[in-house]
Amino acid sequence: MMTHLVIQAVLAATVLFFVFNLAALHTWMERKQSALMQDRIGANRAWIVFPRWLAPLNWLLRSFNVLGLFHPIADAIKMFTKEDYIPPKGDKFLHTLAPCLSLFFALVGFAAIPFGNTIEVGGHVINLQVANINVALLYIFAVASMGVYGVVLAGFSSNNNYAVLGGLRASSQMLSYEIAIGLTVMGIVMIYGSLNLQELVRAQGHYLFGWLPLWGFVVQPIGFLLFIAAGIAETKRIPYDAPEGESEIIGYFVEYSGMKFGMFYFTDYLETIMIASLATTLFFGGWQVPYLTQAGFQFPWGAAFALAPLTVSILQILSFVMKVLFFCWLFMAIRWTLPRFRYDQLLKLGWHYMFPLALANVFITALILLMVPK
Amino acid sequence: MIRTKTVKRPELNLWEKLYFPEVFRGVLLTSKHFFKNLTLHAFHAIGLFRKIAAAVTIQYPEQLWKLPGRSRTRHRLTKREDGSPRCVACMMCETVCPARCIYIVAEEHPDPNIEKRPKSFDIDLGKCVYCGFCVEACPEDAIRMDTKILDIAAYSREEMKLDMNELLNPTIAKAISAKP
Repeated sequence: MMTHLVIQAVLAATVLFFVFNLAALHTWMERKQSALMQDRIGANRAWIVFPRWLAPLNWLLRSFNVLGLFHPIADAIKMFTKEDYIPPKGDKFLHTLAPCLSLFFALVGFAAIPFGNTIEVGGHVINLQVANINVALLYIFAVASMGVYGVVLAGFSSNNNYAVLGGLRASSQMLSYEIAIGLTVMGIVMIYGSLNLQELVRAQGHYLFGWLPLWGFVVQPIGFLLFIAAGIAETKRIPYDAPEGESEIIGYFVEYSGMKFGMFYFTDYLETIMIASLATTLFFGGWQVPYLTQAGFQFPWGAAFALAPLTVSILQILSFVMKVLFFCWLFMAIRWTLPRFRYDQLLKLGWHYMFPLALANVFITALILLMVPK
Repeated sequence: MIRTKTVKRPELNLWEKLYFPEVFRGVLLTSKHFFKNLTLHAFHAIGLFRKIAAAVTIQYPEQLWKLPGRSRTRHRLTKREDGSPRCVACMMCETVCPARCIYIVAEEHPDPNIEKRPKSFDIDLGKCVYCGFCVEACPEDAIRMDTKILDIAAYSREEMKLDMNELLNPTIAKAISAKP
């Protein structure tokens, strides 16, 4: 029992460590990727330079300095030391609670994401997933939709009309796209026949015609596109950033400053990573590496390449991380490419196009599943 | 009769209305820039292809923009061969200056061939509009605006004033005082 607890704690700590650092790195990614996309250099002025007698340390830090990797730290220091202003007529308790709720619900979803197959260490079979919930998909969507409470409360408790409007925009947007996103994954659930994410990933290890990996986006291309589109809407980032409106329209966190604002910002990045890991898990085969079985590589043309079980596990975890990073990159590229939707266009897209398309996708999938014998 | 011209807005065709292909095209364009610049930056880091720029950014304090030859920058007073100012304190520049930022006090020149010389010659850069009229008005080619000094900053209005010594030796950059 005790060892089980320790193992789970280590798993949870690992996931938290990875997710937090990736979210902090997202601020760096955001700056640098946008800079590269726009032929700029990007933030590179937050340098840590020691006096001359510590020159070797400076030499080590140089590449970090040049790449601007200390900007996230500078950001954090700035956020923590800034004045934390609560509007005098606002609700002090709810104003503090809102960013905590947002951050909490963005974080707990990661518990159900499987980042590797089971590994065996010292006689214990460890499932590389913090919580093996048999309705993991439902759990993640439940938790993600709870995240809207933080946003609405932030708007409501600020005693600012613009914040309330921002909160309302956010809630209607998130609820509309919640429906679309829920329907898009129904196709996947119907095909693989499970709500357990680990099972879903295992089911994606089969091959079509013996060589094409039966990953989610192969069997559900429309579902995949819709999921990506609706998923970005869930993260409240451009092109769906009407709730925030970084540049002109004022969003739900107008009255927030310091680290509370930072928490909202962090939540955005966490949600991006969440959607990226979900897209990986549901549509890109999670930790699956093509043609990699527990014994090693087995290529469809007959070649085989034996690998130790530990190597296989590491390869699988690496594959998961690479896929998540790819989706983070893709979302960032989309965010820096597209302009924002007008608010009515946004809701129209959600209700008039995505929802019926997702519904049609479910129907067609069901029909095909009925016609194709098992 | 008012003649109007109707601007025809381009209609989206079905392919564009599908939205996804166009989004894909946009992301493809930006990613092309992304990967091109990323590769170039990587090559620069190992010292290859330094000639091809990976970004249009000029890292300002370290790297200066090459100014065009005719650009008007901070003023300087030209010197005679013996090092004294060429200025004869004719007040042409002070008169023509639209911003009234030039203050000249004249005195008699010891050389009887030259009538006057400036006792003091101050330019208030806080007022100057860099029109270059003083340069054009000068009959002696005594004032020029070719120092290429553009980083003029100070914490007070007093520090924005240049005296004759600073104008004669334009390499003396005005030190910005440490405390505002």
